[in-house]
Parts: sequence; structure tokens; C-alpha cells
Amino acid sequence: MTRPLSGWGKYPVVESEVLGFSSETELRERLGVHGVIAQGLLRSYGDSALSEHAITSLRFNRFLSFDPATGLLSCESGVSLSDMLDVFVPRGWFLPVTPGTKFVTLGGAIASDVHGKNHHRSGSFCSHIESMDVMFPSGQVQTCSPSENPELFRATCGGMGLTGVILRATLRLVPIESAYIDQETIRARDLSHIMELFESSTGWTYSVAWIDCLTSGKSLGRSIMMRGEHASGGSLTLPGRRKLNVPINFPGFVLNSLSIRAFNMLYYAKAPSQASKGVVDYDSFFYPLDSVNNWNRIYGARGFTQYQFVLPLNASKEGMEKILKRITASGMGSFLAVLKLFGPQEGLMSFPMEGYTLALDFPIRRGLFELLDELDRMVVDYGGRLYLTKDVRMSAATLRSSYKGLNEFLSLREKYDPGGRLSSLQSRRLEI
Amino acid sequence: MKDKNRKTALIIGAGSDMAVSIAKEYAGNGYDLILAARDMGAIDPIASDLAIRHPGAEIRKAALDVLKMETHRGFYEGLDPKPDVAICVVGYLGDQELAQSDSGEFRKITDTNYTGCASLLNVIAGEFERRGSGTIIGVSSVAGDRGRKSNYVYGSAKAAFTSYLSGLRHRLADKGVRVITVKPGFVNTRMTEGMDLPPALTASPEEVARDIFKAHRRACDVIYTKWFWRYIMLIIRHLPERIFKKTSL
Repeated sequence: MTRPLSGWGKYPVVESEVLGFSSETELRERLGVHGVIAQGLLRSYGDSALSEHAITSLRFNRFLSFDPATGLLSCESGVSLSDMLDVFVPRGWFLPVTPGTKFVTLGGAIASDVHGKNHHRSGSFCSHIESMDVMFPSGQVQTCSPSENPELFRATCGGMGLTGVILRATLRLVPIESAYIDQETIRARDLSHIMELFESSTGWTYSVAWIDCLTSGKSLGRSIMMRGEHASGGSLTLPGRRKLNVPINFPGFVLNSLSIRAFNMLYYAKAPSQASKGVVDYDSFFYPLDSVNNWNRIYGARGFTQYQFVLPLNASKEGMEKILKRITASGMGSFLAVLKLFGPQEGLMSFPMEGYTLALDFPIRRGLFELLDELDRMVVDYGGRLYLTKDVRMSAATLRSSYKGLNEFLSLREKYDPGGRLSSLQSRRLEI
Repeated sequence: MKDKNRKTALIIGAGSDMAVSIAKEYAGNGYDLILAARDMGAIDPIASDLAIRHPGAEIRKAALDVLKMETHRGFYEGLDPKPDVAICVVGYLGDQELAQSDSGEFRKITDTNYTGCASLLNVIAGEFERRGSGTIIGVSSVAGDRGRKSNYVYGSAKAAFTSYLSGLRHRLADKGVRVITVKPGFVNTRMTEGMDLPPALTASPEEVARDIFKAHRRACDVIYTKWFWRYIMLIIRHLPERIFKKTSL
């Protein structure tokens, strides 16, 4: 049986047969087909976890061991970060790195080598993986870590599921005293101001900025920075709360440049002009959008894409300004634009590099992909790259000219998956 | 040392998705667990998962082959402590078409869903009766409410199991032992993977587990889960054969 499936961006939609597994034996049987890819909670925006044949890890979701002396947690790849938080925050442990949604699986977090608001301090998700087990399409299982089979480890971190199916991994949790975050919010009048703020905030554990991508001129790049630290003392448990839901796809006319501009103005005006301090629970700080079920429906049935790129630090100022100008001129940007300063990063296919990253949503519409192609050229010219987990349309050439580790990755992929039995719509488009 | 105030739930057929959800529900409500299943390798990650999620709960494993009826008495005698509640979640849908001609598959379906379960519950019911306490929960199926062409071998075995539970309840009603029959409709599990189930009618294993625990607490006799299956099956049971024959159910 097939059913229509899409990523978080609701674009594209593919008729897909999805099978699960709860043991290695069962997974081995599933790996017989050509063109199959592993998937989890499908929170990647584009087509990286989509294929006509998919293997879901959601039934392979058990905690295997936890050492309260070290915080080392081993689990199967289908365990979600949300599940880990529910179980371990009340015991005083937190994720070493978390993306903007907790509804991702461990396997997905590794395959995308996700990053969070603490990248400048803690690096990406995979820098906190002690070891993992990977099943190759042949059915053979290999354990890898930075010291054991390091090539497999390097290629699997951020490898988009193309080296094999991630079975299990051991993650280093970090101790916390409280489920709350001491947060500081600061308004930045323009791009240089927010960059200054980032550079003076590297001592903070968490920092991120919401940036207005519609306002041009003198206020280009006006932003609101949020930075935070785990609170000391206070409760380790959160009060329960009701979730909101978006029941249907919004009709296309609801979101237009006027309504978004109005939202941005209100949002910006709401933030105090001086630094303001507060205490917020970890859910509100890290996962504001998770409290609204199916928020992706606000972009309507045609779906949307999130465009996220990073520029090297020395090109960030000039490049970011030029790209922002192009985006504001297009009027196609949307409310969710996030700016962040990354720290240095190792890895073959991992997205982050030291420099600034910008992520923003675009509803799918006529003319959009032409604009994004244009942005791609600017990003590549400045030595930057795009995040595969968000991507749904970049060209193979763009990938080749921006990911320096690609050739090494491809030869390793050939070694672990000769003949390329594993593939996604994205990997076929990008010829990887 | 066993804490005298803690109760123990025996989960029979502990490897299935529904059983795992039931185990989580009971552990979350303060029960110790005995996980009984044939494939111990499959039980290990389930047991470690439960132990990590519920550090207060004692999680034990016990090897059991429901099809080997001669082993049932020995299996149960070996359990220490004895359970306060025994939940039978064994189920095997099998291949209906194959079972129509192949006696091996036919037997596997009827023995797994009925004869094996009933044989084990005979042993447990006897001990509960002597003790004068305990609860037996049998997970049957709405498929047992009326035989239909797509799964009547499974359905008839479940019908027998439903009848068995009904008789057991009758027998033990004044002996201090409760018997609860659970009839799930569509449930999203490995058993139904790849089937095109209508989402509105389909329960998650977690919902089924919650319903079972609630039924236990409220001392119900027969429950359907989701609840409206009671009415769907009421209609299906009362369709005249003349009409039923022509449906494609």
C-alpha cells in the first residue's frame, strides 16, 4: 500500500510505501529494495527523507541504557528528542544540542547533524555522539565512533542516511539544575548591530536572533536577539499545558507581504528596546513552534520551503547584507527568519561552518525558485553553502561547488552502499 | 526485596506493540512487570526501555511459548512473585487465504489466538481462584464478533477466546477474581502495517493501553476500544445474513 507523503514543507508530495521495523532481522528484510531511504518523524523540510520506498524507524524506539554517573544514554534510532526530554529533564539532564523542534528522532538528528542555539559553544549534535551502530544495505552491522571505524562515523554524521540505516547511538547528555532558562532579549536596529551583539555574546551558552527580512533601507537586518543560560535552581518539572493546533491548510491569500509585514512590525515592537531579562521554561525557549501542532499548515496546501545558508565569517557582513537586500527587494520572505553565528565545525557533509547562518521560510509560488537560484549563486560565490535538511530544490552543481568534503563522502558511500541501494528524492536530484 | 505494596502485572505476549504500550501504562501507574514472551532477544530492549523510563518499577522477563501447552503449568509455577493482574495480549493475524487450505497455518492461527491462550489462562485462573483475588484481562478482537471472509480464521479463534473469557468471568464472579474482555477495533501496530486503515476509526496502541487500564480500575466486564466499535459491531452483528453476504467487509 502506498500513501502520499511529504516532509515538513508539504512540498513535494510523493506516493510512498513506508515499512517499519522493530528488530535488526526485520530491518534486513526491508533493505532488499532499490531506492529506499530511512525516515523518522519527517521534520526535515524538503525531500531528504522521501522516496517511493521508505523505512520508518518509529517502531525502533527503545532506551537501551543510561548511566546516571556520566549522562551517557544509549537508545535505538527511532527515539525522539521529545521522548528523551520527557524522561531525563525531571532527572536533571538535558540534550547537549537541540534543533528548533524536539519532534525529531535520534537517527534523524545524526543523519542531519543538527545544530542549535549553542553551536558556537558546543558544536553540532554529532560532536556529542560517543558511538553508533549502522546497518549497511547488505545487512551487515558496523559500530563506529570518532576512534572506531572513524571514516564511517564521519560519513554518517550529516550523511543524510546514505551510508546505511542508523540503528543505535550513545549520546552524552548534559547536567542541568533546572528546567528553566534565564533569558535576555535585546533589540538590534540593523545588521551591523545584531552582528556586534552576536560577537559580544559568545560567552552565552545559547544565542539566536529573529530577523526582519522585509524591511529595507536604514533598518535592513533589524533583529531581536535572544540569549540564554540554564537557570540554576528552580524546578526540574514543567506544568502541563494545552497544545494549539492548526486544523486545516490556510488558504493562500491569508499570508501575503502585507500581513507578514504587519506581523513583523508587531513582533519587533513587542520587544523592549533595552535588554530585558526573564525566566522561561525550556519548551518556550527552544521549541516555541512545537506548541502549535501542524503549524506548517499556515503556508497553505502548496507548501513552503525553508532556505537556510551559511557564509564564512570573513564574508558574512558583506554577503549577508547583499543577500538580505535581494530578499527584501523580492518581498517574498516570510516571518520566520532566524540568524545565528556558528562556531568552527569539523565534518564531511555537516552543514555548519564558522560564520553566520540565516534561515527563512518561503511559501511555494511562481518565481520563487528563480529567486532561490539567484541566492544560491551569491551564497556559493561567498564560499557558503545550503543546509541539506531544509533543501528541496538546489542543483547538483551548487552542492558540488559548496561542500568541500563531497568527493570523499561519495567514495565512502560507494564503499558502504555499492550500487547506491539507499537513495532519497534529494540524493537522486543532487547526484549523491 | 519486593515491596509488599507494589502490585505486579504479567504481560503475556510482551513483544507486540500493543503489549509494550500496556506495559508502559502499568509501569507508569506503579506496577512491577513480568514480561513473558517466546523471543527473549526481542524482549531485552523492551525491558531495558521500561526499566529506564520507570526506575521505580521491577521489570522481570520470563520465557514462554503459548503454543507449548504442556509447559504452561511449569511456567506459571516458576513465577515469583505471582501477578496481581495477568494480561493476555497474544495475537496472530496470519494469512487468511493460506489458512483456508494449509492446515499448519490454520492451526497456528487457532492455537495462538485461542487454544494456547486459554490453556495458560486455565492455569492462572486456578491459582487466582484459590487465592480469591486477581484480575485476568484478555485482549480479544472485534473480528470475533462476526466472521467475515477477509479474516474469519483469526476471527473465529478470537470468537472462541471471547466466549472462553465470558465463561471464565461467569465462573469466577463470586470468587473475588475479575475477568475483563478487551475488544480492540483497528489499531496501528506492526500487525496492521501496510493496511489501508481509516484514521478516524484507528486507535494507537497507547490509546488501547489507556483504555485497558481504565477498564481495570473501573472493573468493567467487556470493553471496546475505541469505544464506538461497540456500536459499529452492534450494527454489523445485526445485519441479516442476506445483506451481510453481499458486503465486501
